[in-house]
Amino acid sequence: MTALINVPGRAKRGEIVEIKALISHPMETGFRPGANGSIIPRNIIDTLRCTYNGAEIFRMTMTPAIAANPFVSFFTTATESGTIAFAWTGDNGFAAEESAQITVE
Amino acid sequence: MTIVQPNRRLFLAGVALVTLLPGAARATADEMAAAIRAVTGGQPLRRGRVKLDLPPLVENGSTVPLRVSVDSPMTADDHVTAIHVFNEKNPQPHVFHASLSPRAGKAIVSTRIKLGDSQRIVAVAEMSGGSFWTASADVIVTLAACLEDLT
Repeated sequence: MTALINVPGRAKRGEIVEIKALISHPMETGFRPGANGSIIPRNIIDTLRCTYNGAEIFRMTMTPAIAANPFVSFFTTATESGTIAFAWTGDNGFAAEESAQITVE
Repeated sequence: MTIVQPNRRLFLAGVALVTLLPGAARATADEMAAAIRAVTGGQPLRRGRVKLDLPPLVENGSTVPLRVSVDSPMTADDHVTAIHVFNEKNPQPHVFHASLSPRAGKAIVSTRIKLGDSQRIVAVAEMSGGSFWTASADVIVTLAACLEDLT
């Protein structure tokens, strides 16, 4: 799977920065019939968790109503230099992680 | 005629059942209201402070951009703790629940959602003070999600 995250590399202390995350995933709803007429089993990402130097800053619970290849954007205050890490978890033991560095001046 | 009447009723009941069945796989306005009540715990929902941005007319329901912004100072005393989004006619009433902290700075969350039909979308913001604010938007979908890409 591929995850793309967009975090500004540099920010002023106290600046409010936008964070974007995109991950490739089918987000199969579990409500659609497949080619042979039977329902395709549900396979979604249900949780996105974002931490800033280990402290949770954002969490999202997703449902099948989130589009395939889930995209999420939100804001955070740049408090200190460090790591902004994302963790996605979902059905069938799906787990993915991605992180980016931010330098706060 | 007395023999025909019951058959006619049976037939009408059958027609009603068949036409109602596809609807069983969809959430309804009542289910959405129940899902919202489960979040608010019966607290009153106030209009305002929440802005829900969605295109009014959507060609493809598989990917619809959605943005919820809440008017809040995002301080430790007064901030948005959660943003919830609900729908009326997808199979399930929930779309997503996001948890925020004062560190967010701005209470704005964007994502892309699926819409199975033309319907009303409702956003609910939960404040640190315990109040709930809401906004809704009506969307017309010309090609619903779930009907294409049958692989």
